[in-house]
Formats: sequence, C-alpha cells, structure tokens
Amino acid sequence: MGYYSKEIECASRSEIRRLQDSRLVEQVRYVWDNVPYYRHKMEEKGVKPEDIRSIDDICKLPFLKKDDLRDAYPDGLRGAPKKDIVRIHSTSGTTGKRVVAYYTREDLELWDTCVARALCAADITDEDIVQVCYGYGLFTGGLGLHGGAEKLGCMVLPMSSGSTDRQLQFMEDLQSTVLCCTPSYAAYLAETITEKGLRDRIHLRRGIFGAEAWSEDMRASIEASLGIKAHDIYGLTELSGPGVAYECSEQSGMHINEDHFYAEIIDPDTCESLPLGSKGELVITSLTKKGFPLLRYRTRDICILSAEKCSCGRTFVKMSRPMGRSDDMLIVKGVNVFPSQIETVLIQQGYAANYQIIVDRQNHSDTLDVLIEMTPENFSDNLGKITAQEKSLVAELKAMLGIYANVHLVAPKTIARSEGKAVRVIDKRKI
Amino acid sequence: MEVRQISVFLENKAGQLANICRILADAQIDMKALNIAETADYGVLRLITDKPLKTLSVLTKNALVCTCSDVVAVKVPDQPGGLAGVLEVIAEKGISIEYMYSMLSSHFSGNAVMVFQTTESSKVFADAGLSVLDAGEVGINE
Ligand SMILES: [Zn+2]
Repeated sequence: MGYYSKEIECASRSEIRRLQDSRLVEQVRYVWDNVPYYRHKMEEKGVKPEDIRSIDDICKLPFLKKDDLRDAYPDGLRGAPKKDIVRIHSTSGTTGKRVVAYYTREDLELWDTCVARALCAADITDEDIVQVCYGYGLFTGGLGLHGGAEKLGCMVLPMSSGSTDRQLQFMEDLQSTVLCCTPSYAAYLAETITEKGLRDRIHLRRGIFGAEAWSEDMRASIEASLGIKAHDIYGLTELSGPGVAYECSEQSGMHINEDHFYAEIIDPDTCESLPLGSKGELVITSLTKKGFPLLRYRTRDICILSAEKCSCGRTFVKMSRPMGRSDDMLIVKGVNVFPSQIETVLIQQGYAANYQIIVDRQNHSDTLDVLIEMTPENFSDNLGKITAQEKSLVAELKAMLGIYANVHLVAPKTIARSEGKAVRVIDKRKI
Repeated sequence: MEVRQISVFLENKAGQLANICRILADAQIDMKALNIAETADYGVLRLITDKPLKTLSVLTKNALVCTCSDVVAVKVPDQPGGLAGVLEVIAEKGISIEYMYSMLSSHFSGNAVMVFQTTESSKVFADAGLSVLDAGEVGINE
C-alpha cells in the first residue's frame, strides 16, 4: 500500500496543526493584499490580518458563499495577476451564473499532487492504465484526474465523457485497469458491460468515482458487477477540483488533504462552528492556492468530520461522504428530502439507482413522485407480486423520508440517462 | 413438454402493445394467446407464442422486461357447463390457481382451451382426468 507524500500524509497531528497555523497566517495576509473583494469583507467584520495568529482564529474570518462567487464574477476573487494564471475552470451552475476559478502553475502542481495522493491511496501505481471518462474542458473532473494520474506515472486514456461504445472498446483493447468517472456513469457502464457479456474481457480493478452523490449500496453494486474496488473522491471547482479529499483502503470516509485545505463544520442555519463529529455544512479554507484563494468557503455539502485513527496510517482528518447538499436538499411538505435517501431505498429493494424525482404543487399542497425503472429481477408474471413490491417501496420511502411519495414503475431505459451528471430532480413548483 | 408463457412489463402508455406486436411480427413470431392484467400505471402482458425462447430474446433485445414461466393448458368442451365442469374438478382437488385466461383457436375442433398459472404441475391436472395439452398441441414448435 503506497503513499504519494508519506511524510505529510502520516505526520503527527501537532505537525499538521503547526503547518496549518503558519500557512493560514500567510494566506490571510496574501488574500488581504491581493483580493480586494475579501479584504472588504474582512474590513466590514473589523478583522485585520494581524488578528489571525493561528487556526484557532479562523472563526474570526468572514465566510464566502456561492453568491459571493457570483457577485465577484468574473474575476473579483482572482488572487494573482493574469500573467501568472495558466488555466481556468468553471462550474456549470444550475442557476445560470457561472463561477470561474483561476489556477497558477503552482496551483495546478498542488492539485495534481492531491489527486496523485488519492490514486495512491486507492492502491493505484505507475503500472496502472487509467481511463478518464470525466468530461474534459471547463469541468474539473477530466483534467483533474488526468493530471494526478500522469503525475503518478500511470498510462492515461483521456477519453472524456460519452461515446459508450468507444469507451468499452478502449477499455477492452488497451486493458484499462482504473476507471475514473461519475458513479452514475460507472453504474451505466457496468450495466452495459453485463448486457453485452463483456465482463470477461475487461481488466478493471479500481474505480475513482466522484462529482455526484452516491451511496454505499450503489458502491456495492458497482463493485460486484465490475469486479473492482470503488473509491470516492471529493472536490469542488471552487477549491481546485477533485482531490480535496480521497478514500483510502478502508473505504470509509475521505482523508482531507489538510496541508492544503482546512476543514470546518458549521450549522448551516446559524453559521456557528460545530465540534468534530457533528453533522453540518462543510466549510473549506484553501491554505496554499494563489490563483483563487478562497477562505472559509461554504461548500453546501452536509457531512461529518472524524479524527479517529485510520488503519491506513494516514493522519489527515476524514470527512464522511456528503449526505446531501444544503442546496440540493428539497423541501417537500416542509420536510427535508435528499435524493440520496431515495436512492438508498431503491437499491435496498433491488431496483437500479436510476430514478427521477418530480416535485409539484397541486391545490396548494406539495406532491412527490418517484419514477423507478422495473428490473428483470423484480418483474413477475404475477401482478399481485408487483403491486406488493410497489407498496413496500412506498412504505420504505415513507419510513425514510417521513412523507408519502407516489411511486411509478416505468419500463427500463425510459428515464433519461446522462453520461455526465444525472438529472435526478425535476421541481415544477413555481415558488 | 410444458407450455411456456412469456410475460412482459407494460407501461400504460399509448402504443406500447402495438410496439410489442410489431416486434413479434418482424421476428415472424405467431401469437397463440394473449392476456393483460393491469393497474392504473402499468400492466403485465402474458403471451403464448409459437417460439417462446425467441420471443424472450427478441423482446429483451428491445429493452423490454420479460420473464418466462410454465403454465398448464387444458382443453375445455365448448358448450354450456364446459368450463364449470373443469373448474369443479380443480376445486375438488384443491389446486390453487393464481390466474387464468382463455386461448381461442379454430384448431381445437369444438373445444376451447384455458390457460392456468398454478403452483401444481400439469401432471396433477392430468391425473384429475382433465385433458391437458402439451406444447406442440397448443402450437409451440420451437
Ligand atoms: Zn485511511
């Protein structure tokens, strides 16, 4: 089991803390000097760089929210002059306004390092053949995994997303051993491989799947059908991209690259800092990035941090898989609903994780409809058995969500499958 | 040989059944019996065709969810009281029936044919004195 940067990944907690202390002090000074937008926020809060002497002082700093990034569009949060910027990435954003993130050469270097650590932690070496089916371009997935894999010395297939037939042909002919894509695309590929009877002709042994929510059950089903170990990877374009945190061989929680990113958990409503082990919104401070140095960025991801000793030997704090996004969260009939909860129920009941949630409002009351694809395993010539399953789905969803959902069983492959991010939710309410 | 039935998941959408029939027609498959059980949202189409395995494979290839099961086909005299007599025998023997439907054809000279889905084997029906048809007799020639 290898490490990419063993010294820091396995450093003592006090060493990590010392590094974070000095890097934060330096970074706050840098941001104050180079990012007027954030300096203005600090001034509004009455905080000066000299007030920040260690990580303990981080709570004095103002938060940055997605709205700030939109306000500052296109380059109000850029921290380095354009001549030092070598690349940008951008998020698509559902509300129309984009966010643009800037990278200096050093930023790309540290990003690649973070991704290389993630790959090593998944037992990937320079012997591996890495097929990257994340989109290349403005999206960070493709170039992020590409950079890390290349840095590690793997043979990289820069496939980008889509063209499933071509993906499968390269996978077979070039004997890819590692698959990098979204978990929903991995599930789709797994399904297609099974259908086409290609299982014996592929050589995959590891998967690095991120950029969207997935569950333990989905992991188990992908692992079983592809015969691989599937590892989660976490990151946001705003913070560089994939590689902010990564799963080790334990596959329970993702180690945060704490020499570059400092993580906090807050209550999303009150913005109060919560102690380690509490469930809340993840806030990340970039300690080293210069092109787009975000301090106290609210990720909207709900998760739990843990500092328990990990069997892999790494000492970096672990974050749980995000349990939902505070902005993906649907409020239906006043109840918080996360799509991942619905997914969990479906997989437990033997259905594919391909589903669609439709929220509407009729007669001033919210309705929740879930479209679920029938599978050959669940189908029966006995209508009574199908209606019984449908009833049990409704009951399990009610137990999980606390509200009633209308279940609609539909024919397979009728729910639109995106090869990038899946569109899971259609909210028809005009609020 | 037992009589094989193919069941297909049907979404309640216009043209679904027409689509399936066209797929079968293009594959030169002849339907011998058809039955639909449905709820408001979906249904189960049950088919007996001359080529059950081919039917299964061609429908699966067209992304339809299907399953194959054995059913029992029993000859019933096409006259008043014909079915009553058969059902009385079944009831007497305590055979439980999940569902049943009829098969119409001019080939059974003066008889109708009922198809039964049951947990019992066709032998139980035959032992009870009922006239059980085998796969060839209902027109399966695969
Ligand atoms: Zn670990």
